[in-house]
Amino acid sequence: MNLFKIISEIEQFDPEATERYSFYSRRNLIKYGTNLAAAAIPTLVATTFNQAFAQTATPPSAAAIEVANFALTLEYLEDEFYRTGLAAAGLVPAADKTVIIQISKHETAHVNLLKTALGAGAVAKPTFKFPAGTFTNYTTFLATARAFEDTGVQAYKGQAATLINDKDILQIALQIHSVEARHASEIRRMQGMKGWVSDTTQTSFTQAGINLKTLTGKSDDAIREAFDEPLTKDAVLAIVKPFLA
Amino acid sequence: MSKEQKDSGLTMLPGQLEPVMVGRRLFLRYAGAAVAGGAVLASCKDEENPTTVPSSVDLGMGDIGILNYAYALEQLEAAFYTQVIATPFTGITDAEKTLLTDIRDHEIIHREFFKAAIPVANRITDLTPNFTGINFGDRASVLGTAKAFEDLGVSAYNGAGRLIKDPNYLVLAGKIVSVEARHAAAIRDLLNPKSADFAGDDIVAPTTGLDPATKPADVLPTAQKFVQTPLSGANLPTA
Repeated sequence: MNLFKIISEIEQFDPEATERYSFYSRRNLIKYGTNLAAAAIPTLVATTFNQAFAQTATPPSAAAIEVANFALTLEYLEDEFYRTGLAAAGLVPAADKTVIIQISKHETAHVNLLKTALGAGAVAKPTFKFPAGTFTNYTTFLATARAFEDTGVQAYKGQAATLINDKDILQIALQIHSVEARHASEIRRMQGMKGWVSDTTQTSFTQAGINLKTLTGKSDDAIREAFDEPLTKDAVLAIVKPFLA
Repeated sequence: MSKEQKDSGLTMLPGQLEPVMVGRRLFLRYAGAAVAGGAVLASCKDEENPTTVPSSVDLGMGDIGILNYAYALEQLEAAFYTQVIATPFTGITDAEKTLLTDIRDHEIIHREFFKAAIPVANRITDLTPNFTGINFGDRASVLGTAKAFEDLGVSAYNGAGRLIKDPNYLVLAGKIVSVEARHAAAIRDLLNPKSADFAGDDIVAPTTGLDPATKPADVLPTAQKFVQTPLSGANLPTA
């Protein structure tokens, strides 16, 4: 399935108030919980959601649902990437396996979390394709992992403002976002890079109208590294497009 | 307040105010008003006649209150890493020093950013750190404290996001929190290289893959242990 088609379908999604409310309703969670495919989802995930959303009176906006589905699509990609990498014989060195397994565990959990939250509104998993060498050359695998993790960090950041009035989803998004940043740091350092990003295409050293270069006298690298920059949805989709079948 | 604290060897932070002289009765009133009053009282147990007690600092209300809250935490982190680099722990490697110097620079940049971003009339004063429990000569003590500070910073920003009204401030907070998370992962990896600890089950919930999100009311008591100046978040937004 084409990601753009998914996004297009999402944009046509305009549920009635009662249907929006069902996003958070206990019945919806219970219904999902009885689904055979959902039986594999850890009970604690549903419990976490019951606790997180049980008191929520306001249904999520259509914009928030769209953001959650955008996030889910990225998580589907990461989940499949790490599962496939771990299953590839001889790809991941023994010394790195613990780290890759831990990241893979989180990506699977993120998929389950977002699918549970979205319920019937969750997009289906797209079919992905990965370039030759991704799962046979470890250097390529790690470079792709770093790209996915850093892009994930930027993608979540880019959508945060859209969620400012959907506070429960915002908080979950922030809690996933910082985990992706932990992943990115670890992968980068495994590649021999710094855990933080100094993007040399960033030539402005201004944040919120404040010139940090003149204010702090710190190096260009330090100023760039101190603030991770967001990406728009279009920019993220452009990065992800080559991986969609 | 104690003689030991004053002799900790910390240099005064830029623009740091002198402690305010207050009597016991006035002190108790301030302590009662502070969210972390218990911590303040506990830290005074050995002082029969306290004579130098800083006034409580109110972080303020609304989005400005949240910015002050972030500013307070960044002041703490900047002071900590500045000390780490100034008095390197025994056996520090070049790679460790480079990494910790980077983090010090990031935290100073964050601190100076908030100082410039918050209007002077609403900005909290510079805070006096209290690092008496930290052995800066010991690697485990320094990295353990760094880990605690970074994880606390991540959960504080994650918990504050929903309290912010202005989307521009939310984006700014988002730009900083992921850097704190990158710091946390790197510090944790120094403590236990190539292990799962960079995003360990002790901090990232294994079944949900979520980092903590902690409310200001729950973050401030922890931060207070490392700040002499009493902090009050009583007027911060809660929902």
